Amino acid sequence: MSAPVPVLEARGISKSFGAVQALDDVNLEVFPGQIVALIGDNGAGKSTLINCLTGVFPPDSGELIFDGNAVHLHSPQDARALGIETVYQDLAVAPHLDSAANIFLGREQLKPGLLGKLGFLDNTFMMEETEGELKRLRVRIPDPRRRVFTLSGGQRQSVAVARSVKWASKVVIMDEPTAALGVAQSQMVLDLVREVRNSGIPVVFISHNMPHVFEVADRIVVLRLGTVVTELDPKTDTIDQAVSWMTGSTTASSMPGSKAA
Amino acid sequence: MSELEQLQNPAPEPLPELSFREQFKERFDFAWTYIFLVLIGMIVFFSIWHGEKFFDTRNFRNIALDASQLMLLAVGGTFVIITAGIDLSVSAVLVFSAVVGAKVMSNLSGTPEQVRNYEFPTQNVGIPIGLAVAILCGLAWGILNGLIVTKLKLPPFIVTLGTLGMALGLAQIISGGASVPYVPYDVQTEIGARKVFGFLPVLVIVTAVVVIIAMIALSLTRFGRYTFAIGSNAAAARRAGINVDRHLIKVYAVSGLLAGLAGAMDLARFATASTSTHSADNLNAISAVVIGGTSLFGGIGSIFGSVVGTFIPAVLRNGLVIGGINPFWQQVAIGAILIVAVYIDQRRRKASERM
Repeated sequence: MSAPVPVLEARGISKSFGAVQALDDVNLEVFPGQIVALIGDNGAGKSTLINCLTGVFPPDSGELIFDGNAVHLHSPQDARALGIETVYQDLAVAPHLDSAANIFLGREQLKPGLLGKLGFLDNTFMMEETEGELKRLRVRIPDPRRRVFTLSGGQRQSVAVARSVKWASKVVIMDEPTAALGVAQSQMVLDLVREVRNSGIPVVFISHNMPHVFEVADRIVVLRLGTVVTELDPKTDTIDQAVSWMTGSTTASSMPGSKAA
Repeated sequence: MSELEQLQNPAPEPLPELSFREQFKERFDFAWTYIFLVLIGMIVFFSIWHGEKFFDTRNFRNIALDASQLMLLAVGGTFVIITAGIDLSVSAVLVFSAVVGAKVMSNLSGTPEQVRNYEFPTQNVGIPIGLAVAILCGLAWGILNGLIVTKLKLPPFIVTLGTLGMALGLAQIISGGASVPYVPYDVQTEIGARKVFGFLPVLVIVTAVVVIIAMIALSLTRFGRYTFAIGSNAAAARRAGINVDRHLIKVYAVSGLLAGLAGAMDLARFATASTSTHSADNLNAISAVVIGGTSLFGGIGSIFGSVVGTFIPAVLRNGLVIGGINPFWQQVAIGAILIVAVYIDQRRRKASERM
């Protein structure tokens, strides 16, 4: 079996804010068809790494390799143009719009011809596409014509995920997608994360919630104080091990046999 | 493994069943239905009370003509308020536009001596350019409002309060505090008082066309979609790649443009421009929009609601005057209706924030 080629690879990423070294020589590989979880305590550098991956700000050093080519992202639009979409924890939907309007937000399909040039929306097309996308991802939403504020939190986040998947041709990054949700709602989103992976799009899954991480991840990368301290396998490693790596109770020096970089 | 399987195939979340009424409320924004019923009720009430003195096409025409300028301000205000903004400057922008338009019209219609003798040899140039300048003045103030709101990131309430004072002060400086004299009468006879088919005032037709375009733009186009999206969740709109600042500038520009058009109408109706009129139009327009069901918190609203919200005070005043009742009661009643409308809006807002 030849080594799979990563879709997205971060090599030696460093970033500091003033005196604070937020990231120090971080490597991350995202392989096709995998959910890679990124875990770490507050201040471990998860958000900084994600912001570098999504073009919010550039790293001080290191490079991003995308499909084998070094890329420079200057804005979130750059990342999006490459097929990298992000789902945020705080339900980044417009609650007064329906699911279709949210999924096509900023990418509205206009009617053909003159009406389109005048800015007329092709709502029929967008609604059909939305129904297809929701069905494909097995998202259970009562009616995509309903305004999103009438949906549950999990359903709303599912709309946000469906939107990112619809437009992500390469990678979906989910930043704490379940943080604002209850148990049943979270389960709905986790199912969806697996659906996304099964559809072939790799997922970078950032979470504080260890049971969620161990439930969906194929690989777990642990960040601590701006560096990758280890990579865990959710099938063989335990939540306790993960927590002890995150908090620094376990370190590479205390466990010389570990897989730490 | 069974536990894992259970985790991976959880029972589907039960979907909330909605009554027909709830579905109806969700599919459409029928907040204005209540207020529409109020308007219909008023019309029925006054028709029974006053008979043909009220229920008469000529009377309805007068109501429409009196309401037309405020309606233009309310249409612009609807877009602004749906973005969760506010435009307090429109009343002063209207006056500024009318004053500058009147000055330009007068100056281009003849030499100073000629116009002082009420001769306007070049009024065919002066009238259209004067009206166009009035409209463009409104557009310019609107763009200025939008630029300050987006680039300096100041609250629209403060920005438009500032431009309200600036526009009114400048209008007073330009007019010397008096009505602008020597405006060709033809602007009034040929445009302001003109009726198509001998019946429909041109100004009412212009207003109706603006209303229809605004309805289409808000409900069927990308412009309308962005307006709602920004008012609903500006951060989400920004993340979705919408150029929020540019859209907001456009929305304030529309509001200013329509205030300028209302100023041009003022000029056409009265063949003069005065700084002492329209001072409460900004607040009246905002009341009309809010009474019509548009949410001050953004994300909800309709042009039709604002049309209804403009007609309610106009019909009420008209009906009271015909009945010989002190028309100041209209202000009392509208104040109460406004409070009820905002109360309904707030309850709706709370309902939409439940998670």
